[in-house]
Amino acid sequence: MSLQIIRAGLLDTVQDRGRYGYAELGIPAGGAMDPLALSLANSLTGNDPGTAVLEFHFPAPRIRFLQDARIALAGADFSPCINGQPIPMHTPVLVRAGAELHFTQRVWGAWTCLAVAGGLALEPWLGSHSTDLVVGAGGWNGRALQDGDVLPLLQPETGHDWREGETHRCGRQYSNPAGFYPADAPLRFCPGPEHDWMTPGAQQQLETERWRITTQSNRMGYRMDGAILEQQETADLLSAAVLPGTIQLLPDGRFIVLMADAQTTGGYPRIGQLIRADLPRLAQMVPGETFRLVRVAPEAGREAMERQRQWLQRVYYGVKFNRSS
Amino acid sequence: MFFPGRSDKRIAALSLGMTPRLYPLADAALCIDWGNQIDPELNDRVLALCEQLHAMRLPGVLNLAPAYSSLTVVYDAALLPYARLCAAVEALLAHPTAQETTQGRLVEIPVCYDPEMAPDLEALARRSGLDPEAVIQLHLEREYRVYMLGFLPGFPYMGTVDPAIAAPRHARPRLKVPAGSVGIAGAQTGIYPLESPGGWHLIGRTPLRLFDPAAAAPALLKAGDRVRFHRISPEQFQEITDQR
Repeated sequence: MSLQIIRAGLLDTVQDRGRYGYAELGIPAGGAMDPLALSLANSLTGNDPGTAVLEFHFPAPRIRFLQDARIALAGADFSPCINGQPIPMHTPVLVRAGAELHFTQRVWGAWTCLAVAGGLALEPWLGSHSTDLVVGAGGWNGRALQDGDVLPLLQPETGHDWREGETHRCGRQYSNPAGFYPADAPLRFCPGPEHDWMTPGAQQQLETERWRITTQSNRMGYRMDGAILEQQETADLLSAAVLPGTIQLLPDGRFIVLMADAQTTGGYPRIGQLIRADLPRLAQMVPGETFRLVRVAPEAGREAMERQRQWLQRVYYGVKFNRSS
Repeated sequence: MFFPGRSDKRIAALSLGMTPRLYPLADAALCIDWGNQIDPELNDRVLALCEQLHAMRLPGVLNLAPAYSSLTVVYDAALLPYARLCAAVEALLAHPTAQETTQGRLVEIPVCYDPEMAPDLEALARRSGLDPEAVIQLHLEREYRVYMLGFLPGFPYMGTVDPAIAAPRHARPRLKVPAGSVGIAGAQTGIYPLESPGGWHLIGRTPLRLFDPAAAAPALLKAGDRVRFHRISPEQFQEITDQR
C-alpha cells in the first residue's frame, strides 16, 4: 500500500507534530510549519491529529496513489486536482488506485498538508516522523521527496465499488478553518526577555509599523523588512534557548521570526514571542505580504489556542461519528 | 503587564547565587533565568534544575533547554497551566537536590592543528600577538566545561579559553565550515558536528563524530561534561577517520 511521487515539488517533506525531548542535545523539534493544518488534515481522515503527513510548499508535487486511499488536504490552497478534476480543500476524499493528485495554482497560503488515512509506514527517528533536513534524519530518509520516491502507507482501504471512469469521491464533512487566518488582523505577540534592549521609540515602532516578509525566509525563520529598530543595550548576549515564534532582533535593526525548523539556541536579543495560535497565520504568509504586530498578554495566547483546540476536536469527532459539520 | 528585560541594573541585581527570575515566553515556554553570565556554579544550578524537572516527568512539559545561565521549559498550556509549572519550579528551587555537584565525565578530543585544518589559526595568532604554536598550546592546556549544546545538534559551547586567544566571531561567517572543525568565538570554544555556515575562528579539526543520528546516544557530548583536547598528526587524523 503506497503512494508514488511522480514529480516532486519545490520542498516536500514528511512532518508530524515534531520531535520533542531533545532540545538539550541541540535537536530542534521541527514539525509542520502550520500545526493547525496538520491536525485538521489528519482529523478529516480519521487519523490522530499528530500523525505523519506530507507537507508541501508551492510548486507542489504530482502524486499517484497506487491503491485506493482516503485523503484530506488542509492549509494552503494550491488548487488540488485528481486526474485533472478539482477537489475541495478541508474535506475527506476517497481516491481510486491509479488516480493522480496534482496542484495547478497557488490561490492562498504557503504550506499544505496531505494526510492519508492510516498514515505512513515509516520508522520514526527519536520518536518522531518529522524531517530534520540539517542532520538528514527522520521523515523520508531525512530528505525532501524526489521524483520516483514510493512511500509506504499503513492502512489499506477496503475494496470500493468504483463506477466506470470514476476516480474519486468527496466526503460529506466540510470544515473551513478560514476563521483562524483573519486576513488583516495583526499578529499577536508578547514581549520577550530583551524587549527593552530596543529604544522606547523602537518598542513603539514594533507595534505601529507594517512589516514585510522578505525572500530570505525558509523553514527555519521568516526574515522581515521595514523600519530599522534601534537598540539601546549593547551588551553581548550569551546563547539562550529559542523556539518557533521567537522574534529575534538582528544587528542590522531588522528582525526574524523563528519557524518550525529553528535552531534550539540563539544569541540575538529576543524582543518578542508570537503566541502559539498565530504561528500558523504567519507560516501561511508569503514573501511580499505584510502584517502588523500587536502586544497581548500570554493569557490571550492560551485562550486562542483553546479555541483552536476545541474547534479541531469538534471536527475530529464529527468525522469519527460521520456527521456533517 | 510585566515586560521582562535585561538592563544593566537588572544584570547587576542578578548576582551569582541569587534566586533566578521566572518569566513566560508568550504561552509557549517558561524561562528560568539566572542572568547573562558564563559561570560554572550558575551552570551547575541550571543543569541540576533541568535534571530535577526531567525526573519529575510533569505531563505537558515538551522540552527542556538548558543554556549557560538559564533553563527554558517548552510546555503545552492546554495540559499544564503556567501557574502550576511555575509552582513546581519554585518548589524545586526552594529544595535543591542534596547531591554534591557531580563532576561531569572527562572526554578527550583529538585535534589536528595542521594549517590545512586550521584556516584561521595564523590570523588569530597575529591578532593575539603570539605565534601559532603558542595559540595551540594555550588551547590545549585548559580543561573546558561543556556549558550547553545548541546551534546545531551536538554542537558544544565550551569555556572558557585563555583570554589571550579569545576573539569575537567573524563579522561575515563562512558559508561552509567542515564537520569536525574546532573553533573559538569570544571566550568560548566549540566543535561543528556537521558541515554548516559558521562564524567561529577555525583553529583545528577533530576526526571524532560529535553527532551521529544512527547512534542510540546521538550526541557525543552533553552539558556538564569536561573536555580536554590533545594534539594529533594528519596521519593519525586519517587513521581515526578510516576506523569510524
